[in-house]
Amino acid sequence: MSLYFTEEHEWIRVEGDSATVGISDHAQEALGDIVFVEVPEAGRRVSKGQEAAVVESVKAASDVYSPVSGEVTEGNQAIADDPSLVNSDPEGQGWFFKVKLDNPGELDGLMDETAYRDWVKTL
Amino acid sequence: MSEIDDSATLDKLPLDSWHRAHGGRMVHFAGYEMPVQYEGIIAEHLWTRENAGLFDVSHMGQLFIHGRSADAALERLMPGDFQFAADMKPKYSLLLDEDGGIIDDLMATRRGDDFYVVVNGATKHGDIDYMERRLPEDVIIDHMRGQALLALQGPRAAEVLETIIPGVSDLGFMQGSPFQWHGRSLWISRSGYTGEDGFEISVPAIAAEQLADAIAAHQLAKPIGLGARDSLRLEAGLPLYGHDLDTKITPVMAGLTFAINKRRRAEGDFPGALRILAELDNGPAERRVGFEIEGRQPVREGALVLDGEGNEIGKITSGGFSPSLQRPIAMGYVAAPFAEPGTALKLEQRSKLFDARIVPMPFVPHRYHRKGASA
Repeated sequence: MSLYFTEEHEWIRVEGDSATVGISDHAQEALGDIVFVEVPEAGRRVSKGQEAAVVESVKAASDVYSPVSGEVTEGNQAIADDPSLVNSDPEGQGWFFKVKLDNPGELDGLMDETAYRDWVKTL
Repeated sequence: MSEIDDSATLDKLPLDSWHRAHGGRMVHFAGYEMPVQYEGIIAEHLWTRENAGLFDVSHMGQLFIHGRSADAALERLMPGDFQFAADMKPKYSLLLDEDGGIIDDLMATRRGDDFYVVVNGATKHGDIDYMERRLPEDVIIDHMRGQALLALQGPRAAEVLETIIPGVSDLGFMQGSPFQWHGRSLWISRSGYTGEDGFEISVPAIAAEQLADAIAAHQLAKPIGLGARDSLRLEAGLPLYGHDLDTKITPVMAGLTFAINKRRRAEGDFPGALRILAELDNGPAERRVGFEIEGRQPVREGALVLDGEGNEIGKITSGGFSPSLQRPIAMGYVAAPFAEPGTALKLEQRSKLFDARIVPMPFVPHRYHRKGASA
């Protein structure tokens, strides 16, 4: 199992050719109170770098980009029902969607956890 | 926030370091760095509805307008009754252009022969220029740059402030008075922009930290950022200049006809009177209304309002998630025939349609202090 991060503050946890995607603790902290989430449905195709989900805080709406291309196998209904889960457990229960990877090679170039946490400190 | 101002030269407010020390997340707003939140917008919002929230509104322009017949001179710019205005009673008024468009909304209080006027932060320099060009030479505007402005809002605000400044809880709603505190002169009015009981306190900038500390030390008071200030005033149905009000909007369109005094209507001598009086008689082309929205997703400023056939009939000027109601609310303008409460309409935001219904405002009932009611 490997964990990677994007410069847009998504995380992706990979197991074989499946992965779980969410937004980082830094991202939820920056957004503030999250009041609405829209996650993709199973079967939807997502592309690397393209919007796959929507997250809205009290102040603003943001897109969540997919770190990889593939087919969504599950959207997290729990965060659609209770968006505050993204604030309280962003890198755990607050995951957004699961995806079957088209090309594991797309993970090259993403940051590992240490690199991401170090980079965020410089922001 | 849409009022974010990216100008390179940002002024510091008197409480700048106080906000940072209290965990305020600073953002650019109206030419200053100001706290958008401390612990979180929803928690701060709900705290203010239940206890007492301390707001720094020092970015707003505090003006002292004095000179010969200042009252009559101000009536040349605004539709309110200044000549017969009671002493120490803040009145909401509107700076109007020649077409009746709103240049700014403000609070004006007669103090003897003079007027204390509080205008919006983002518009204050333009307001001063505009008024100086139009007021007679012997009417003077002093921009009170040395004053900070704090607001304490919420159902426990009187209880909190009374422990610090005895006597404030005797003020009636929309009444002001000078107070002394630790050798400093304060001007306090029972007013605000959250829909709750509360006070606005003009304090010398050098004493602002000391006063903020004294208030925040009370267990029922917490500092509240701009984010909750916006969601509180939206729930209260109160328009925000630069969003819900601008020079294309008249007081009648905005539903602010209470700011047009009866005598002034009869005299018809305020800026834009021709258009405004016609709108009062015949109704305006558009009206400011509130919207209740299906689902949980906020619909924000800039979204379009569509009728049943998909025609654009208005736009959203403020919108967001209501922490008190736990659902999205919005205000905006629609063509007058669609302004009746209950009218079903569609809102369009980022190519997505939302079912919405016109509802009366405020969304959350006002709870202003009424004399005779228990404090």
